[in-house]
Amino acid sequence: MTVLSCSGLRRRFDDVVAVDDVSFTIAEGETYGLLGPNGAGKTTTISMITGVLERDAGEVFVDGIAMSTHAIAAKRLVGYVPQELALYPDLTGRENLRFFANLYGAGRERVDHVLDVVGLTERAGDLAREYSGGMKRRLNVAIGLLHEPRLLVLDEPTAGVDPQSRNQIIENVRELAAQGMAILYTTHYMEEAERLCDRVGVIDSGHLIAEGTRRELVERLGERDRISLLLDGDLGHATAVLGAIANVRGVAPHGQGLELVVDDARECLPAVLAAISTNGVVVRSVEVTEPNLETVFLHLTGKALRE
Amino acid sequence: MRHALLIAARDLRERARDRTAYVLAIVLPLGLAGVFTLILGNISGDSQLFTYAVADADRGVVARAFTDDVLRKAAASGAIALRTVSSEQEARTLVDDGTATAAFLLPAGLTEDVQAGRAARIEVVGNVDAPTGTDVARSLAQAYTDRLGAVRTAVAATVHSGVSTPPAELAAAAAAVLPQAVVDEDTTGRRQLDAKTQYAAGMAVFFLFFAVQPGVTGLLDERRNGTLARLLAAPVRRSSILTGKLLTSVVVGVVSMTVLVVASSLLMGARWGHPAGVAALVLSGVLAATGAMAVVAAIAKTSEQAGGWQAIVAIVLGALGGAFFPVTQAGGVLEKLSLLAPHRWFLRGLADLAGGGVAAVLPSVAAMTAFAAVTGAIALLLFRKVVRP
Ligand SMILES: Nc1ncnc2c1ncn2[C@@H]1O[C@H](COP(=O)(O)OP(=O)(O)O)[C@@H](O)[C@H]1O
Ligand SMILES: [Mg+2]
Repeated sequence: MTVLSCSGLRRRFDDVVAVDDVSFTIAEGETYGLLGPNGAGKTTTISMITGVLERDAGEVFVDGIAMSTHAIAAKRLVGYVPQELALYPDLTGRENLRFFANLYGAGRERVDHVLDVVGLTERAGDLAREYSGGMKRRLNVAIGLLHEPRLLVLDEPTAGVDPQSRNQIIENVRELAAQGMAILYTTHYMEEAERLCDRVGVIDSGHLIAEGTRRELVERLGERDRISLLLDGDLGHATAVLGAIANVRGVAPHGQGLELVVDDARECLPAVLAAISTNGVVVRSVEVTEPNLETVFLHLTGKALRE
Repeated sequence: MRHALLIAARDLRERARDRTAYVLAIVLPLGLAGVFTLILGNISGDSQLFTYAVADADRGVVARAFTDDVLRKAAASGAIALRTVSSEQEARTLVDDGTATAAFLLPAGLTEDVQAGRAARIEVVGNVDAPTGTDVARSLAQAYTDRLGAVRTAVAATVHSGVSTPPAELAAAAAAVLPQAVVDEDTTGRRQLDAKTQYAAGMAVFFLFFAVQPGVTGLLDERRNGTLARLLAAPVRRSSILTGKLLTSVVVGVVSMTVLVVASSLLMGARWGHPAGVAALVLSGVLAATGAMAVVAAIAKTSEQAGGWQAIVAIVLGALGGAFFPVTQAGGVLEKLSLLAPHRWFLRGLADLAGGGVAAVLPSVAAMTAFAAVTGAIALLLFRKVVRP
């Protein structure tokens, strides 16, 4: 079932078109990653979806409710974790949560529950300003979970976070998705997108330029896994032997060795190494390259994700 | 409305933890009012700077009108202290030994002179060391006798007859116009607040404009905190967010003013007047202050910028409105301009309350409410941009 459906989203700031004709949907239990470099338009897209920012064009439906005509009802279904920390520093963690729980009409027991979920129960009585960066991030996430939203929107929730808090946040998101929440997650860390997201939308300069699962994206671009071998011995013979292996699509000389293009590097690596060693060639080093979203992005835009 | 209340309640909880807020809203105004009273209180006549002795050798109606209607009224307003003595000799002794600043000698036959159409004469004996007090006494006596003459002439001219007007009427008519004209320097003829109340009220209304800042400026803080985005994403009307912020200001303003009124009454002996009148003035004053500060906050980009501008506006309006010194005496353009400052209306309302009934505050309440309505409407218009990025 579709939880979020947005179509033709467009927003300009003076002479910058920050988002142009962005459309996508997210199903129940699905985690959708919006991947793009800084300034790509991720936050602007999310702000329009959450009803924080006016749209120049386009429509947002949450569970079939239109943001344009039933904003209050639609907003009730959305949990929002803004990119910038959005906390009241002079209130305690618990007071921050209580305030937003009241605004959303969520019960007190939800406050205790989300404190537990993000691991802040013990520090709930401390002022938010006294929290570490990671704890603030976790509180920031917790506020978005209070009212058990149908759609959880997280805008770079792990930016500048210590590894422990980062893992906790990612684990939280995974569990929520498993419970059936639809999740929209923006990041410019592609490892995170690969680890978490069922589907990824690649956004650059306000345009959604590609969309799909990692494998779909990779394959659509004709990207393949590669194995680079540094060898001592008869390269000509090795080429013939390796080319005969089932999953190997191509063999080419590569410096003092060979580069293989293969279907699935991890699967066929044992066969490749076995074939070489039985033919008297010595392997000095092996390098496996699996095309990732970084590669996809580079391919699509000619830019690195993090510049 | 529930959301507005929630937003205001959260603001207030945060405010309650901010020590500087208490200093600005309560400690400073009380402290300054106290200091002003100590330093300046004596000059403004609050502590009865002049003590006058009165020796009435006339014992007629003209002398009594002067003593009762002119001098006792002046004494009642706190401007002077009065000592009635039985003889001229006693009066002179009091002046000589410095107990009295000056003495009024009402000669025997004063009433008869007036009755017979002769010029009335009141002698003033002054202490050489207190020329100001002596001058004031002289001008009091002079003004009364002048009025006696003027009233008699006027009555005679109207009646066109040789019939002499009863001296009691003359004396009463002459006395009736005197206290305000001479003792009070308020040219508007309105009653003045005593000095303690004046300082307490002036400081209270001046700092009120600082006290209400956090609420209306809070929107800018929320934007900086990032929490504004959360409020906008929450199922809450934008108008509730604005209302909540205004509400915070109003509550902070009313609470701090109430504390100031009570504290200055108990600690400094300020006399604010009938509670209902004071309440109406405080509430409309708080609304006016909230409106003014909201406009500034709505124009500013950051809360720091807003704070700076608000301080300037508060000081300018405060000075213009007579929070520090009475502008009503300045006259001219300044006096006209001062009508734009809620401070002026607040203080005027209190003075009217001291002089009349509770209803006397209504013009001031109306003026401040109008000020609040205009500034509030402007602020709401401007703030719409802030909550609609
Ligand atoms: N409030 C704003 N005013 C003007 N320009 C903006 C505003 N918000 C975003 N932009 C511009 O829109 C573009 C997209 O920004 P943003 O959505 O924040 O990107 P991202 O979240 O992907 O880093 C950028 O060029 C940014 O400078
Ligand atoms: Mg962003």
